[in-house]
Order: sequence, then structure tokens, then C-alpha cells
Amino acid sequence: MSEKREGPAIETSGLVKVFGDNRAVDGIDLTVPTGAVYGVLGPNGAGKTTAVKMLATLLRPDGGEARVFGHDVAREADAVRSRVSLTGQYASVDEDLTGTENLVLLARLLGHRKPAAYARAAQLLEAFGLTDAASRQVKNYSGGMRRRIDIAASILNTPDLLFLDEPTTGLDPRSRNQVWDIVRAVVAQGTTVLLTTQYLDEADQLASRIAVIDKGRVIAEGTKGELKASVGAGSVHLRLREAAQRSEAEALLTRALDAQVQVEPDPVALTARIGAGDSGQGAAEQASRALGELARAGIVVDTFSLGQPSLDEVFLALTDHPATTRESAATATSATSATSSEEAAV
Amino acid sequence: MSTATTTDTRDEHLAPVSTDSLAALLVAKERPPRPTARSASVTFGWRAMLKIKHVPEQLFDVTAFPIMMVLMYTYLFGGALAGSTSEYLQFLLPGILVMSVTMITMYTGVAVNTDIEKGVFDRFRTLPIWRPSPMVGYLLGDLMRYALASGVMLAIGMLLGFRPHGGVVGVLAGVALLLVFSFAFSWIWTMFGLLLRSEKSVMGVSMMVLFPLTFGSNIFVDPKTMPGWLQTFVNNSPITHLSSAVRDLMAGDWPAADIAWSLGWSGVLLVVFGTLTMRLYNRK
Repeated sequence: MSEKREGPAIETSGLVKVFGDNRAVDGIDLTVPTGAVYGVLGPNGAGKTTAVKMLATLLRPDGGEARVFGHDVAREADAVRSRVSLTGQYASVDEDLTGTENLVLLARLLGHRKPAAYARAAQLLEAFGLTDAASRQVKNYSGGMRRRIDIAASILNTPDLLFLDEPTTGLDPRSRNQVWDIVRAVVAQGTTVLLTTQYLDEADQLASRIAVIDKGRVIAEGTKGELKASVGAGSVHLRLREAAQRSEAEALLTRALDAQVQVEPDPVALTARIGAGDSGQGAAEQASRALGELARAGIVVDTFSLGQPSLDEVFLALTDHPATTRESAATATSATSATSSEEAAV
Repeated sequence: MSTATTTDTRDEHLAPVSTDSLAALLVAKERPPRPTARSASVTFGWRAMLKIKHVPEQLFDVTAFPIMMVLMYTYLFGGALAGSTSEYLQFLLPGILVMSVTMITMYTGVAVNTDIEKGVFDRFRTLPIWRPSPMVGYLLGDLMRYALASGVMLAIGMLLGFRPHGGVVGVLAGVALLLVFSFAFSWIWTMFGLLLRSEKSVMGVSMMVLFPLTFGSNIFVDPKTMPGWLQTFVNNSPITHLSSAVRDLMAGDWPAADIAWSLGWSGVLLVVFGTLTMRLYNRK
């Protein structure tokens, strides 16, 4: 699907936006290929939203250039607007109107005649599981429902490029998974998605390429594999039954995982960092292989957990300072895994 | 960038997203031609109507406030200024109509200001539509409110004894002129709505402009007794021209000069503040 189109979806060079003394976006160069999810990862205040607003023609760049499908965002804003759509951080729908009214309003503004607008609204509400809430005012919707109606409004006319600005911030895990399903369905039909997020987990789930942004600059860019290679795929935390077996386990793990292994103050605990691995194996595969070897050596493991690298770790690896928001580190690890705080300090 | 959305238990009962039907919807890539300027503006006007439907309390401003104005000024000042309340009403009603409707126009600025705070404004601004249409839409919705306020005031006026000699045609012509002027005048408030940070400051500025402008006119009294410098101001105020025009139209005359002045002012206000509004809207 992507090969058919000419050129990248987004191309920016030296993009700058200044608010007073604050260089919110400070020279961003990006090339976003068509037909996939491109993740923009960074903490609060990194400049993600400002960059998206410039690309969506909501803000004028103060310097540099940005092109969307070859059209300059400042000089050819109208051409850009006809091909993109934006779901902002705050629900971009009218809270006083009902779900149906919101979608019909936008469908009419996109040029659909009245019957077509109502038909399209009904189909979208159906697909998004909102039929029962169609005639309720959006202000009475739950967080998950708002996100859905918001994304539905963004794909009324299948856009060529969809901006999703932190689409799952504030959602519970279940609603978050549903938003991810929607994003995958949208991309499967050939729409390019630019997704900003604070969660490494989310970028990992959805994006094929990721740019890490900090203080208005891109500090790392590449495929998921490339990015992870610079941070490591995660860490395994083990508790053994016998403290006496720890040094043997440490040696074994160091060999099996080709990684640094740290002994904890707790005499039965061990933590091993897993690299991206030349073998192309994921963190879980590597960890289970290591567990197998421990079992064969007769070492009994009481508990075991596998943690993903947190945004804090990515930031520590890429910069010399941690991500500034605390909650981002806490939520970046998935529900089934846990990353202990001492790992971030490795 | 705090979290704007909240979650609650209602999600538990939410039907799942159907990715199959979603995929089917997304396949349709055909795009209808973009709407005309008129069609986009009318659609935004429809949005304003829907808001009235969902929040009918907002009609309080255009019903209770005008009734209060008529009653208050008629009975407080009527006896003192014109000898009797019924006589004063003949003079006052067209003027108080002009005053109330021009005062109501400030709610346009408040509405624009509250909308910007919400994400929906960003959505409108990324649509490939005629740029002024969201603003024109607000004003179309407001024209309905102004018409309603006029109707309410005329009804209460008739009840109290107002008898326009211009008949239905004269009254309708007066109201039409008032609506044209109010539409143009409202662009001052769309500008302030975009310019100022909070709803409160929009209200504050509106009051500061509206009070001197409406009281410093011939709405309440004949300017002949005013000091010379004030007469100069009052006689050249757009509100004076407008209220003279409306008063004479309703009385069955044809005040060509005042009508021309009112329309001329409307044109100037529209061009100046319309341009400023759109400049702010595009830069925001």
C-alpha cells in the first residue's frame, strides 16, 4: 500500500516553534513514511503536541519547513487540511451535542449531503459500539467513549494521515487496548498514523518507527529494533529458593543472556538486564531459555518477573537525565511485568 | 498536558469495537466535494441551534433580560421624563429594543471564548472549509436569538400600550435593520473572544464598550439638553443613528439618512472587525 504513493507522508527540516523564551520545538527533522504507525515518544512538555499542531496546520512554524504529502503546511494549508485529520489530547468534539449530532455536523462540513451524513454517522457509531449512546450528549460519555467518538470523528472521511495526540492518556487498560485495535484497523486500510505517546509500551505495540523527543529535539530515531538495541529489551528479576545457589545462578545467567547480572541486597534475589540480542529473540524468549538452563542445573527459582524498559530507562540511556514525569515511568511497564526502581539506576 | 479524560464504570457495559465493520467503512475512500461557504456557515448555524435545544437556559438572556429592561425603564423614568409612562413608551420602546439587542451581542464573544478552550475548535480549524464559516455560524445562530429578543420586547411593549404607526411593515423593517447592524456589530465580540484569555475579561471589556455606547445615545432622552461636546458624540454615535432609524421606521416614516448611516456603520464594522477576527482566527 505504501509503495504506490509518491514520497513520504511527512517531511520536516529544522522545524521550530518558540513561545516567548521557550523553544517548544527546537529544530526537528523527521521523515515519516506512508502506510504505517509512526510513534513520537517523549515526556510531558517535550514538544510533541506543538509539533503535531504545526503539522496539522493549527500553528505556524517559526522556523524550518514541514511538508505533508508534499504540501507546505504554512503556504498550502488547505491542501494539507483536505488530507489529514487530528484527534487532540482533549476530546475534539462538541460536548453539548449528542454523538450523532457531532458526527453529522462534521460529515456535513466535509461536504456530505444530509442523508449521507446521517448514514455515515450511524455506521460509525455502530462500528465503534456507540449505537446505544448515539442520542446522549457527549458530556455524559465515559473517558473510553469520548475517545471513540473522537476517533470516529477523525475518520469520517478516511484520511490519508491521522494525527493521534496521546490517544490513551487517562484511559484504563481495557479502553486502551480497544483504542489500539482501532488504530491497527485504521492503519490496515492504508492510512498513515502519527501517534504521540508517553508510553514506550504503546509505541512498541503500534509503531514501526519511533522518534524519541526531548526538549523540542529528536534525540533518537529508528525502527523499534534499533531503538531497543540502545536501551536493552528489558530486565528479569529472580528470587531463588536457596541463597547458596546464587553465585552459580549468576554465572549461568551471565553466560545464557550475555548480559550484566546484578545481585540484590536480598540474598536470594538477582536482576539481569536483557539486551536486544543478536539472535533477534525477544526478551521473553531469552528469559525462558535462561530459566530452562537454571532448571537443568538444578537451581530452584521461586518467583520470576520480566520488566520492559521504562521510559525512564530509555531516557537515561539516550540522555543523561531521566524523563521528567513520574507517572510515565510507572505506567510504561505493562500490568503483568514489573520493573524495580533499582534497575533504572544500573 | 494533564489528563483531560476520566474513566468510570460505564465502560464496562460498552459494546466492543467492531474492527470488521470499521475496516469496511474505511475502505470507502471517495470524498464528496467540499461544502460551499454558505453551506458550511449554515451548518455551523445549525450547531448553534442544537446548542439552544440542549441548553435552553441560555435563552434567559434574550427573554427575561429584555422584559426587565422594558418594564424598568418605562416605569422608572416614564413619569419623570415624558409626563406619563404610556407616552414615554412610544418613544422608548424602539430605543430600548436597540439597546437590549446590542447588549445581547456580547454573548457571541463569550461563546467564542468558551469554545476555544475546548478541543472542538481545533477540529474546526483543521477542516478544509471556508475559514470564516465557524464565526458566521455563531452569528447566524445569534441572529435567531436577536429576533427572539425583539419579538419578546415588542410583545410586552404592545401589552403595555405601545402602538407603532408604521404597522407590521414598519416594525418588521425596523427589526430587520437592527438585525443587520447587530450581525455586523457582533464581529467586535468575535474579535475579543479570540483575543482575550478568559470569559470574564470578555464580559468586562464588553460592558466597558456597551455601557457608554448605549447610554450615550438618544435612546432615553433627546440629546438637546446635553452639553455641546456630549451632543457631538451622541449625534455621531452609530447607536443614535440606528435607534432614530428604527424609531422612525416603526412610526411609519422613511428616515433615509439614518438608515444610510446605520448601514454604512454596519459595513465599516464588518470589514474592520471581520478582518481582525479572521486574522486572529488564522494565527491562533
